[in-house]
Amino acid sequence: MKILVSIKQVPSRDSQLRIDASGRWIQENDLSFEINEPDAFALEEALRLKEKHGGEVVALCAGPARASQTIREALAKGADRAIHIEEENLTAFDTLGVAKLLAKAAEAEHPDLILTGLQSDDLGYGQTGVVMAELLGLPHGTIIMAVEKIDSGIRVKRELEDGWFQNVEMPLPAVLTIQSGINKLRYATLMGIKKAKTKEVKRLTVAELGVTTASTATIERVYLPQRTKQTQLIEGSAKEAAAKLVEKLRFEARVI
Amino acid sequence: MSGVLVVMEQRPSGAQAEKAAWHRMSWETLAAGQQLAAQLGLKVYAAVVGQGVGALAQELARKKLDHVHAVEHALLATYTADGFTAALEQLIRKHSPSIVLFPHTYQVRDFAPKLATRFHQVLVSDAVGFRVESGAPIFVRQLFQGKLNADVRLGGGEPHFASIQAGAFRAEQVADGTSQVESFAPELTADIIRAKPHEPFRESARAVDLTSADIIVSVGRGIKEKDNIPIVEELAKALGAELAASRPICDSGWLPMERQVGSSGQTVSPKMYLAVGISGAIQHLVGMKGAKTIVAINKDANAPIFEVADYGIVGDLFEVVPALIEEVKKARG
Repeated sequence: MKILVSIKQVPSRDSQLRIDASGRWIQENDLSFEINEPDAFALEEALRLKEKHGGEVVALCAGPARASQTIREALAKGADRAIHIEEENLTAFDTLGVAKLLAKAAEAEHPDLILTGLQSDDLGYGQTGVVMAELLGLPHGTIIMAVEKIDSGIRVKRELEDGWFQNVEMPLPAVLTIQSGINKLRYATLMGIKKAKTKEVKRLTVAELGVTTASTATIERVYLPQRTKQTQLIEGSAKEAAAKLVEKLRFEARVI
Repeated sequence: MSGVLVVMEQRPSGAQAEKAAWHRMSWETLAAGQQLAAQLGLKVYAAVVGQGVGALAQELARKKLDHVHAVEHALLATYTADGFTAALEQLIRKHSPSIVLFPHTYQVRDFAPKLATRFHQVLVSDAVGFRVESGAPIFVRQLFQGKLNADVRLGGGEPHFASIQAGAFRAEQVADGTSQVESFAPELTADIIRAKPHEPFRESARAVDLTSADIIVSVGRGIKEKDNIPIVEELAKALGAELAASRPICDSGWLPMERQVGSSGQTVSPKMYLAVGISGAIQHLVGMKGAKTIVAINKDANAPIFEVADYGIVGDLFEVVPALIEEVKKARG
């Protein structure tokens, strides 16, 4: 099975975010970056499927030059090769634009299966995979918790709300968006890291893919959300704060 | 039509109710649609998609709407992305609404991006609000797991598509009225539906019912490792509380899935919800923001959990929680 995994590089989870001078995005120069967490689960699922059924895992990533670090990590974990759509100003593209870039690059590979995380930790639109499927004319499944190969294609376990699930069968090729927690992530081995250096990373540009930046959805402004509730922040040492909190919970909120 | 079309969703996919019912978020989205239409000076319409939706459509006809679209076909009896997308694409092409709103449910996440793509549009997903500027809507949505907000403007002609976050609008604000039901029979053939869905199921009967707990102590990523879980277990015990967790904790197997609070777990509204090391991603907040009193302990003062908390301590949970256990024990004698 030839599996393409679409991964994204995002600011690290613990980042202290500051808004940039344009007021339309965040300051990126002093941040550290990592693989979008749901995409890490998608990569892991691809590696497991390859180990079971054979084939190839190709990592696909659109991002600036710094994304090559995340691509190397994917190769170190076991992806066979990678495609890097290198674009410094990817924020000029909306979700549809990015999905078009990814779909164009994916199309040329003729994969049996395309996996990606269910959403990104930065923009959180949660639709790149579904839009790719539509652009490629493929069936899709979202928020997937298990993937099984069957004669007619695949059977996937789709997560529904409130603890419900549903099995869905579909033919291949198909696109799946993977839910965090579907599997247990592996670490890259020393050997893997060594091997990654020799693996192929194909670079593509936006111009080569022939996709324009014409956006339909534009971010006009980013800002800190307004608090909807007046939170009483309790200060002091851990011991003082704990004592004050218990007092408030007893006599003000009357919950203990 | 040139109005606002609200696509309603039936009962949570999975819950095997006796008769047809609405997904609770449908009403919140209808309220949002009525408000947006009023601000834009547009008419508002609602659509229900499925098979045998007559009673639901009649219920909608008692709301303040211009029309109700009952979109019915045998191939829509069970949800599929292919079927729903094709049916709604035909409805939208026929009536040309300016804006199409959906509740941001798992089902909508499955098909609405596909539908928007058919119109070369981006679905503004998980919007928490909107305002109207020079006759055009600006949608507000969250970035970075709720740490920042963004104003999003849509171009590229109509229709525009947006989905509304759970709890962003109030269902009881839906205005009553009378309207007509119009039937719409899309042209669908079985060969366009590529996925074969099976009956929804639950993994196992839930042994833990968090919904009846008065006090819940809930733990998130801040706990760092499984070996630290006993710290919060002890706090829960001291408070006589049930122990719960955010999704990553259950994903890692540190606590069983049945203790998960959030959109994929249980929705709770206890007297007190004490969140320890939980940043407060929206998927978690929707499961607990109905709690009467919310307490948050987190090292990041900008964590979204503080937006819903009544009381907060910004600090290291490994110092605060042991101190809290001691104080609670003292107080409870």
